[in-house]
Order: sequence, then C-alpha cells, then structure tokens
Amino acid sequence: MGYCVKPLAQITIVFGRRLLTFFVHLARIAKFFRDTLYWLLLAPWRGRSVRWGATVVQMVRMGVDSLPIVAVITFFVGLIIAMQSAYQLQRFGATIYVADLVGVSITRELGPLITAILLAGRSGSAIAAEIGTMKVGEELDALQTMALNPVGFLVVPRTLAMAIVLPCLTVLADLFGILGGLVLGAVSLDIPVITYINETTQAILLKDFLTGLTKSVIFAVIIVQVGAYQGFSVEGGAQGVGKATTTAVVTSIFLIILADLIFTALLFSTG
Amino acid sequence: MSKAIIQIRDLHTRYGEHEILKGITLDIFPNETFVILGRSGCGKSTLMRHMIGLQKPDQGSVFVKGIDLLSAGEKEREQMLKKIGVLFQGSALFNSMTIGDNVALPLREHTRLEKSTVDIMTRLKLDLVGLSGFETFMPAQLSGGMRKRAALARALTMDPDILFCDEPSAGLDPIVAVGIDHLILKLKKAFKMTIVIVTHELASVFLIADRIALLHDGHVVFLGDKAAFKKDGNPVVRQFIERLPDSEPLDGSKYLQTLIGDSFHGI
Ligand SMILES: Nc1ncnc2c1ncn2[C@@H]1O[C@H](COP(=O)(O)OP(=O)(O)OP(=O)(O)O)[C@@H](O)[C@H]1O
Ligand SMILES: [Mg+2]
Repeated sequence: MGYCVKPLAQITIVFGRRLLTFFVHLARIAKFFRDTLYWLLLAPWRGRSVRWGATVVQMVRMGVDSLPIVAVITFFVGLIIAMQSAYQLQRFGATIYVADLVGVSITRELGPLITAILLAGRSGSAIAAEIGTMKVGEELDALQTMALNPVGFLVVPRTLAMAIVLPCLTVLADLFGILGGLVLGAVSLDIPVITYINETTQAILLKDFLTGLTKSVIFAVIIVQVGAYQGFSVEGGAQGVGKATTTAVVTSIFLIILADLIFTALLFSTG
Repeated sequence: MSKAIIQIRDLHTRYGEHEILKGITLDIFPNETFVILGRSGCGKSTLMRHMIGLQKPDQGSVFVKGIDLLSAGEKEREQMLKKIGVLFQGSALFNSMTIGDNVALPLREHTRLEKSTVDIMTRLKLDLVGLSGFETFMPAQLSGGMRKRAALARALTMDPDILFCDEPSAGLDPIVAVGIDHLILKLKKAFKMTIVIVTHELASVFLIADRIALLHDGHVVFLGDKAAFKKDGNPVVRQFIERLPDSEPLDGSKYLQTLIGDSFHGI
C-alpha cells in the first residue's frame, strides 16, 4: 500500500517546497524593492544625500561602455526587419512601407527590448557579481558597521544610473535601428533617403516613442533590482557568485519580457 | 564598578542543527581591553558579529551602551555605529577602492570635512599602523598582513569609543604583531577606548588583556584577569596555556569507526 502512496506524497512534498521557496523569494524581493524605494525617495529628505558621484561612475560604466554594442546590434536588427518586411511587401509593390514597419517596430518594441536585454547581460550580471563578491568578502557587513546602508550605498546609485542610461541608450537604439532600415531601403530598394525619412517621421507617433522610453525605465528597475537582489543573496564563496550571476541574467530577461507583455497588453486593451 | 558598556544576556545561536553559542552572558566595561579566547570554530567571530548587530541571536540579547542594536531606531543605530570600529577577521576592505579611499570613506560619508582635512586624517591613520605611502594601492596589491593593518586603520578612522578586532595579529610577523599590540595599548591609554579582541596569540593576550573570557563548547568556561587565568585549574584553560594537543583517542576500534563512519557496522 505504502508503495503507491509514496511517489505521490513525494511529488506533493517537492512541489510544496518549490512553491514555498517561490513565495519566500517573492516576499524578499518585495522587501528589497521597498528598501530601495525608501533609500531612493525618502532618505534624501532625512538628510542622507544620494551618492551622485557614484551614480555618474555607474552611468559611465553602464552607458558609455555599452554605446558601441547597442548601436551595432540595433543597426543589424533594423537591417533584418527591413529585409524581412521588404520580402513581404515586394509582392504588393509597396516597399515604401518598409520605413513604417521598421520605424514602428523599432521604437515601440525592439529598441527598448533589445537594449534592455543587452544591458541585462552586460550590467545586470556585473551588478550581481560585484555585490555577490562584496557579500562573500564581508564587505557588506563592513559597510553596515560603518553605518552605511548597503542598499542606499550600492543599489540606489546603480538604480538611478540605469534608469537614466537605459532610456538614453534606447533613443540611440531607435536611431540606429531606423538607420539600418534606411540603409537597406536606399541600397537595395532604391528608396531615396529623403522619402524614407519622411515616411518614417509620418509613421512614428510621438506616443510610440514615449511608450518605448517608459518601458525602458521599467526594464532598468528590473535589471538592477534582480541583479542586486541576487548579489545580496549569495551564499558560500566564488561558486555562489557564479550561480547568482547566471540566475540574475536569466531572471531579469524573463521579467523584462513578462513586463513588456503586461505593458503592451494594457496599451493594446486601452487602445 | 562602572556600568557595563556591552551587556550580553543568555545568548544562543544555532546554524541549522548545530548550536554554536549555548547561553553566553558577559559584561564588558568601559575602557577595558577584553580578550575573547577559544579554539578555532568555537564561535568567537559569531559572538563578535552579535555584538556589532550583524546577526540576530536565536535567543537572548546584546546591549551596547544600553541599546539593542537590532531593535533600535535607524537614527539611534546609526549614531551608535559611527562610534564603533570593527576589524574583520578577513579584513573586509573594499576591493574596488584604494587603501586611502577605504580609510577615508567613513569621513567622507559621515562628516562635512574639507577634502584636505580628510586626506590628512587618512594619512595619520595609515601612519599609525605603519602603512604611510600606501594610499594609492589597491587592497589586492597588499599582503595579507598589510591588508589587516589597513583594515585596522579604517576601523580607527572615526575615532571609535569601542573597537572590535577579530584576530588583529593573525598572519603578521612577530615584530609587526608586537607593534599592533603596542598600538592597542596606546589607543587604550590615549583615547580611553573600550577594546574587544578575539585572538589566539597568548603572548599578546598577556601583554594587552585586562580581562579574558575563554569560550568552549558554546559556554564561557573562564572569565577573569590575566593572573587568575594563569593560575586557573580548569583543564580547558590549562590546555590553552600549556599548548597541549587534544588527547589521543585511546580506544582503537572507536577511532577506526569515526574514520570510516557508519559503514563499519555493516562489516
Ligand atoms: N554562515 C554560517 N553557516 C553555517 N555555519 C556557520 C556559519 N558561520 C559560522 N558557522 C559555524 O559556526 C562555527 C563558529 O564559527 P566562527 O566563525 O564564529 O568561529 P571562530 O571561533 O571565529 O573560529 P576561528 O578562530 O577559526 O575564526 C563554526 O563551526 C562554523 O562552521
Ligand atoms: Mg573567527
């Protein structure tokens, strides 16, 4: 009898434990986010200034250093979309609409998304690794005993930096994506540059551009929160840091796409 | 006798199944140099982490200047921590900053001093631990002993009332180690600091300690001054002073069993 019950009980136990750790994680992330908001928004009113110097350093590391890769990748993506849509539109002799398709899909969707995923891989992992190493080396403890809150000291500058840098990079990504489409249009579809630009500016609404930027601010918060949270939860040496780094990247990419889905669905349903 | 500056009451800590501290009660008084002795892994660092409010005990409480750091309000806790210096066992220097920045950090974050003043104070502290001229070095460029001294300089930056040192002289050559001991004596005399030290070095214990606590198996098995420590009859104390190894396991088959574990029963 016990023979048939056992596997079922075991599954229940394993599943229950998974569910429990999931909720524990969720609760801790919520608390972590609340701490960040406190140190970002409330603490400055109580005489603790935000570390602007550190914020600028982070902005350089996250932003300036990512400029080339973001530009190159979104240029290629613009090219790819242009080719894919030209392939469809050629049949209707409507290749001029390549400009519309590239412009709208880049500004509304791909610009913010690709930039965020790139930064999750580049900076999200770096944040997790840096903070995780500090945890292992008792540096976070040292901060605390110096009356410096690790969240205020480390997470707030990074959050601010990312929230400033990611929208800026997204603008750049939008431009280079459109440029990719433009190059294809001019070189292989024989669309005059001026015509392409006019078509694009007609197609893109300011609203599209701004929703893209709003999304990128949300993605910025996700990248830093997940990276920092993973860093703070590191246990046990270099191996733990490696694990945290991987988890940070995977989790933040997943959450970025989930947030994108929710955001887009909301916009879609409200027209 | 004056009122205790640190009060530890019935402190219990466990990591999973293991109970590391099994009811510690201690009073540490102002301006004394208090040494915590004990074998490796007996929970000295853990006890120190409790005293500086980094770890929540499973039971019992710690009061520093009458305040429980874990339940104190943020302002109060901050005020308190600014007057506490901590030297961690692994130094815990910020690896992304130079030695100079490490030492200057508390001043930069907590005071509005001019940059030149901060620089002078940083140089003074580094000079105190014999590291003048190393401001621009990164922690990774220093030896373990130098890192330890840099960390001591950092712990002293805010001129703390209470200094906690976890094995300040472990890994130092005997000359520098004595230098650290004399520095501690100097701090005690000049600044009226309360100093709590975890150490293994008996020579340094007998030089600097006012009182000694010996931890063993989660309890304080000895508490008193140097003279009482030297004369104490407790076998654990004697083992420490006379540097005796653990007694050899007498029962050969039992020893064998501990080596090969439970599989022995099956044979
Ligand atoms: N985070 C942790 N998780 C599980 N066990 C731990 C943890 N930290 C310490 N321990 C255990 O607690 C015990 C006491 O550790 P502690 O670092 O306080 O020892 P210690 O007396 O400072 O030793 P040493 O003289 O070697 O520094 C050890 O047996 C250790 O295995
Ligand atoms: Mg220790």
